[in-house]
Amino acid sequence: MIRYFFNRLLLIIPTLIGITICAFAFVRLLPGDPILAMAGEHGVTPERYEILKEQFGYNQPIWMQYFDYIGGVLHGDFGASISTKRPVIKEFMTLFPATVELSLVAMILATVVGIPAGIFAAVKRGTWIDQLMMGTALVGYSMPIFWWGLLLIIFFSGYLGWTPVSGRLDLRYFFPATTGFMLIDSLLAGKPDAFVSALRHLILPSIALGTIPLAVIARQTRSAMLEVLGEDYVRTARAKGLSPREVIGVHALRNALIPVVTTIGLQVGLLVAGAILTETIFAWPGIGKWMVESISKRDYPVVQGGLLLIALIVMAVNLIVDLLYAVINPRIRVK
Amino acid sequence: MKLMKSLLLATTAVVLVAGAAQAKTLVYCSEASPAHFDPGPLTGGNDFDASSRTIYSRLVEFKHGGTELEPGLADSWDISADGLEYTFHLHPGVKFQTTSYFTPTRDLNADDVIFSFERQYKEGNPWLTYLPDMTYDYYVGMDMPKYVKEVVKVDDLTVKLVLTEPNSPMLANLGMDFASIVSKEYADKLQAAGTPELFSTQPIGTGPFQFVDYQLDSTIRFAAFPDYFKGKEKIDDLIFAITPDAGTRAQKVLSGECDVAPYPNPADVAGLKANKDVVVLEQAGLNIGYMSYNTTQPPFDKPEVRHALNQAIDRNAIVEAVFGDAGAVLAENLIPPTMWSWNKDVKADAYDPDAAKKVLEANGVKEIQLWASDRSRPYNPNFVRSAELIQADWAKVGVTATINTEEWTKYREDGKKADRPGAFQIGWTGDNGDPDNFFATLFSCSAIGVSNYSSWCNKDFEDLIQKAKSTSDQTERAKFYEEAQVIFNKEAPAFLLAHSQVYAVTSKRVTGYQMDPLGIHRFDGVDVTE
Repeated sequence: MIRYFFNRLLLIIPTLIGITICAFAFVRLLPGDPILAMAGEHGVTPERYEILKEQFGYNQPIWMQYFDYIGGVLHGDFGASISTKRPVIKEFMTLFPATVELSLVAMILATVVGIPAGIFAAVKRGTWIDQLMMGTALVGYSMPIFWWGLLLIIFFSGYLGWTPVSGRLDLRYFFPATTGFMLIDSLLAGKPDAFVSALRHLILPSIALGTIPLAVIARQTRSAMLEVLGEDYVRTARAKGLSPREVIGVHALRNALIPVVTTIGLQVGLLVAGAILTETIFAWPGIGKWMVESISKRDYPVVQGGLLLIALIVMAVNLIVDLLYAVINPRIRVK
Repeated sequence: MKLMKSLLLATTAVVLVAGAAQAKTLVYCSEASPAHFDPGPLTGGNDFDASSRTIYSRLVEFKHGGTELEPGLADSWDISADGLEYTFHLHPGVKFQTTSYFTPTRDLNADDVIFSFERQYKEGNPWLTYLPDMTYDYYVGMDMPKYVKEVVKVDDLTVKLVLTEPNSPMLANLGMDFASIVSKEYADKLQAAGTPELFSTQPIGTGPFQFVDYQLDSTIRFAAFPDYFKGKEKIDDLIFAITPDAGTRAQKVLSGECDVAPYPNPADVAGLKANKDVVVLEQAGLNIGYMSYNTTQPPFDKPEVRHALNQAIDRNAIVEAVFGDAGAVLAENLIPPTMWSWNKDVKADAYDPDAAKKVLEANGVKEIQLWASDRSRPYNPNFVRSAELIQADWAKVGVTATINTEEWTKYREDGKKADRPGAFQIGWTGDNGDPDNFFATLFSCSAIGVSNYSSWCNKDFEDLIQKAKSTSDQTERAKFYEEAQVIFNKEAPAFLLAHSQVYAVTSKRVTGYQMDPLGIHRFDGVDVTE
């Protein structure tokens, strides 16, 4: 198991190097640069452009800029935002809990609803329930997040008035951020009504963000369950008189969960991508919204630092999933 | 019964006391996060809303809802006969804000004014680069280094701005955000403590509101400054709820989560206007959407060709298709009709495809490159759509236009090149309400390669705008600009499209909020009714 863990860990190093190169190159491939973006419609004279290029270090050869950047990263320095002048890592750490909180709730929603829905559809295979569930999952999967989010706002917040439109907390609550997780901070501040408010603010964005993973998990669970339910050992379990709940819950589900867990792990990357749109629509102060604004400002340090940090986290989550996978299926450890 | 009565009285008293103690709060749904709170190095409108217009004041101010100037921190000013010295008499007893992180020991004086400008240009001043890679872009962009020779203290409440050459727009420049007056005492304290960077995150000013807290990308909280020199504001708490999506902002006003929201989607304007629960404010924007012909490149080097191309375009159809319900005013001149010196006698080329066709055929104009960007701007929400309509109009007069679409930053970079071919769609939103900010910024000879996308350098026009710049009498200046508009109209270096309407949505409980032609969102003088 330990050897397996280190093998997986070693694989991360070349991936990380690749990501630093991609992140560095990607942001520079975008048309324009931070100086032009800052100048706006005023424009900038060629002379001043050259002065600023030198001041910002963009006149150096690209490889030198890259190694300067990597040198900083290896010392934990991801640079400072060109726009806000604050350290990238500090901004990331401030905003990251908001994204994690949203993503976690979205993922919990996707898993808690998706797995039972998939199981139910598999058990009721071919019936109208199965058709309805998988049809709904397909619609959910195909729905563009920005459109789905706005629709949720218009209906639940605008028309019914059940949920807040956007943000993380009712503005009348004001307490210092301790962990950055609003659900936890509100309790630490001794404000249970703020906790309720935070929870209410999570409903729509987590539905918008969790819909696609929910659909994927439901479909994956269904197909995995169908495969497992056709296995000999399930037939044996049934033959020896176990109740359907035991057959499905104990024997079939555990094996069916292996590909589902992998799928959940893979959804983490997609959740971050989805968070970019969700956070913009719901004014959610997380790293997705932060990255979008930084790309439009050509804020090189934020974009490359943000991409690298996000990649690190996605890889860490995938590593955990791989380890979980090994726990669920002992054969993987042996391989 | 007695007990019931007592309980009822007690409850009423509690409710009344609670009501009286209830702070008046106004929530503004801002469109983006501010970079920080020091207006000197900032450039974005949303940055200024959260800093210069709330926390700080200037020597002179733009009148609420207009572009005329009025006294700010300076009660009055004198301009020397040669136009080289501006002497400002400061309002006595102006307090800086007292916060949890700074307690001022003195009132505003000339040292603060000198510091506020010197930090932006004086070599060796540590505040010139107190943040990493910082630049004072607006100070440079408004040509201040060229015109400002020095800022001199006459006495504690008198300060003199000495110029290198006369520059009439200077007074309007001093009402701009970059010219906000900051506290030297606070800067000195931070420098001594080795924490100058806090100057941008923990601001201290003399403005109507003082900074309380900023939750990154989420919420900014301000409180009314009790010692504001123009009197404490009616609202106690001002909250900026950062909401980048225009649709969400509108929904937040509708649901009562926000009191004021700027820039609704043009498509939502009609629906919002029909809603009785909100108020839609609108104003002619201080902007112009236009299309620059590169006058150094054939066939655009001939004014008759430029006029003919203008005549071939149906501007009404474009305004209807591009601005939709939001609407826009057809442009007759480069400056909008709300700006002083607008020449009412000048009329843009009328739609006349037949006349255009003859001229274009005679000049052998067959193919044109037509530029469009992917970005939506207030003066042109859809460059691609307007390009398609122009393309169709030109096709009717025998000219084939090829649309070249580029990403916004690259678009402007390529567009300003002196040898750029074709017709280039662009626009401008004014900074300070001075006509110079349109004429000189967009069509002066020195702006070629920077923001003169027509590469147009006309001696007569240039002479007039330079004369207007060095004349202090506004009536005289207006005459020069009116004449400049006649030349512009005759030479037609650009196709003028429209001045767009600008909108804001407010809840019905808001009173005293005014749209601002400069795109500023100000909350001094605003109140809310419960």
